[in-house]
Amino acid sequence: MPEQRVISAAQAIREATDLAMAADPAVIIMGEGIADPKTIFGTTDQLMEKYGPARVMEMSIAENGFTGMAIGAAMNGLRPIIVHQRVEFALLTMEQLVNNAAKMHYVSNGAHKAPIVVRLIVGRGWGQGPAHSQSLETLFAHIPGLKVVMPASAHDAKGLLLSAITDDSPVVFIEHRWMHYVKGHVPEGWAALPLDGPARLTQGDAVTVVSNSYMTLETIRAVEALAAEGVAVEHFDLRVVRPLNVDPIVESVKRTGRLLTVDTGFATYGVGAEIVARVMERCCLTMKAAPRRIGLPEHPTPSSRSLAAAFYPRSPDIAQALAELAGLDQARITAIHNRLAEEREALPFDVPHPSFQGPF
Amino acid sequence: MTEAALAAQKDAVRLDLYRSMQRIRLVEEEIAKRYSEQEMRCPVHLSIGQEATAVGSCAALRNDDQIISSHRGHGHYMAKGGNLKAMLAEIYGRVDGCCGGRGGSMHLFDDSVGMLASVPIVASFVPLGVGAALAYRHFGQDRVCIVYLGDGATEEGVFHESMNLAAVHKVPVVFFIENNSYSCYIGLADRQPVRPLTDMAKAYAMPSASVDGNDVEAVQAVTAQAVARARSGGGPTLIVADTYRWREHCGPNYDNDLGYRPMAEVDAWRARCPVDTFGAKLVADGVLTEAGKAAINAEIEAEMAEAFAFAKASPFPDPKTVADRVYA
Ligand SMILES: Cc1ncc(C[n+]2csc(CCOP(=O)(O)OP(=O)(O)O)c2C)c(N)n1
Ligand SMILES: [Mg+2]
Repeated sequence: MPEQRVISAAQAIREATDLAMAADPAVIIMGEGIADPKTIFGTTDQLMEKYGPARVMEMSIAENGFTGMAIGAAMNGLRPIIVHQRVEFALLTMEQLVNNAAKMHYVSNGAHKAPIVVRLIVGRGWGQGPAHSQSLETLFAHIPGLKVVMPASAHDAKGLLLSAITDDSPVVFIEHRWMHYVKGHVPEGWAALPLDGPARLTQGDAVTVVSNSYMTLETIRAVEALAAEGVAVEHFDLRVVRPLNVDPIVESVKRTGRLLTVDTGFATYGVGAEIVARVMERCCLTMKAAPRRIGLPEHPTPSSRSLAAAFYPRSPDIAQALAELAGLDQARITAIHNRLAEEREALPFDVPHPSFQGPF
Repeated sequence: MTEAALAAQKDAVRLDLYRSMQRIRLVEEEIAKRYSEQEMRCPVHLSIGQEATAVGSCAALRNDDQIISSHRGHGHYMAKGGNLKAMLAEIYGRVDGCCGGRGGSMHLFDDSVGMLASVPIVASFVPLGVGAALAYRHFGQDRVCIVYLGDGATEEGVFHESMNLAAVHKVPVVFFIENNSYSCYIGLADRQPVRPLTDMAKAYAMPSASVDGNDVEAVQAVTAQAVARARSGGGPTLIVADTYRWREHCGPNYDNDLGYRPMAEVDAWRARCPVDTFGAKLVADGVLTEAGKAAINAEIEAEMAEAFAFAKASPFPDPKTVADRVYA
């Protein structure tokens, strides 16, 4: 077998965009900083040079306006990709996304389509604090008519973005900033992956865990730690938050009888809340333990690192929850937790942990 | 007052302007210098090069007047009489910060000096100023609020909504645009049609003024007029002050190697340094001597040394408090 190519998720996103723009002249990209020297963390690098300002449109600081502009252009046949450097900037565009993009096809009884992709980057670390590091996927996932995709690997980032761009509905594509660094095997060429739901990362009969985006990386470490203790966890990376396909998760929980969800966002009204509800509707009577959710606590993101350290759940917390669900005795639970905690605490919390950079 | 006393008072005011600008300059440079220690673990947007806009305009305010700022708020906070220890402790993420470490550099709040808020979502804070001014009127106070925003922020819809609201309701607010002609790495001409930014005021039948934002006394004079108008019930004013950010958009370094702005432009603005040009003027007018400058520097250096030591010695906030104060 030939050596597989390894690239970062940021490079994978750039490659998917480039391929889609080369394949279809109706694809345009717009945003603040897409053609500046930093090119959105490298994800739009060289696109201006290749496709020119008519298709690579540097935007004024007018998010709601240019989102509406993208929707109108999409109704007339363009396929705009919008990029925001932080999720928070898209809050200004909620009106356009919710009232126009999400409903255009439905209200026009199928006459209109609004095939836009909104790329949103979730910030984390380095004290970015209350307004630059929120994970707000559920705001978008609440709205019928929007699709919400959250890749956790370079491979999926490329494949899912290609499908998002060719999809005829509006897709909110959420990239965790720390996921950009993750490296992995990514096929060359048009390697689209369907927006069809979760990917099973590991198989097991002890516990089912569902994570998304960056928290999938934290969960991988936790699942490895349990595997080392002989506990086989079945791990799903959710990938597509809406439309939500719970079938593979339900099938798994029917076997394991135990479910943990791990969100990048708030636990309350979070993605995990919806998954638990859906699974319970179908598995309630065969559960061996009450389902559990891990997510962000009930307060904003503080800037100071001492406070932020208490804000974000990490692999030791996930491993502990998995071990408890699996019914391990207290000594083993503590041992697993402490081993991971030791590994994590050796390095600062507010920069990406090197063990998460892959290749995965 | 005698003529001599008046002149002395005027000299003292001018020296204060100089001292205040130099304080911002030295503090921001010290932050830049120490940033690589990786102890200030939050993004910083320095205001080096833009000292005159903050100092000149705040000099036109009373202590009980308020200001609202953005991601680039250090200079505004200091110019409004901000507590250097509280600012640095905030940037260091410590419990003695003006927000107890919760906000970091981009969120400086300090009621005691009228720093009502700084908010890092572009233009998000502009209507807060209109509302702050509405409250003064409601309570029969003759206070004024200045909202500082960048040229980029004028592209947001909420800026225009706020201009309209302020004009219709005639509230005592001053919209103060610090036009450094860049939004991150994108120049003004690539984002807006070329025309004077003051033209935007016409659409809202609002008085406006444009001023050399590197001339601290000119800024003070223009702002004083706008503040007087607002205070006496004359409603809002739009001020456009042209100035220049010397360092990178975000962070401690220079970024001229990126090639997004011509070196000739950078050099021309640096030659018009707001602090040094005013210092030279004061020397020429016999108000300041080189020894006087050195004394001012020594005074600031001493304040800084103490404030940095204070910030670094301040404890981190207790993680147990992380969920406190979500609800009032
Ligand atoms: C709504 C929103 N969009 C984008 C950003 C990212 N951003 C931060 S500062 C900035 C530039 C703002 O330029 P300007 O208002 O001129 O202020 P300056 O940085 O020049 O002081 C941008 C685009 C943001 N913080 N908020
Ligand atoms: Mg600017």
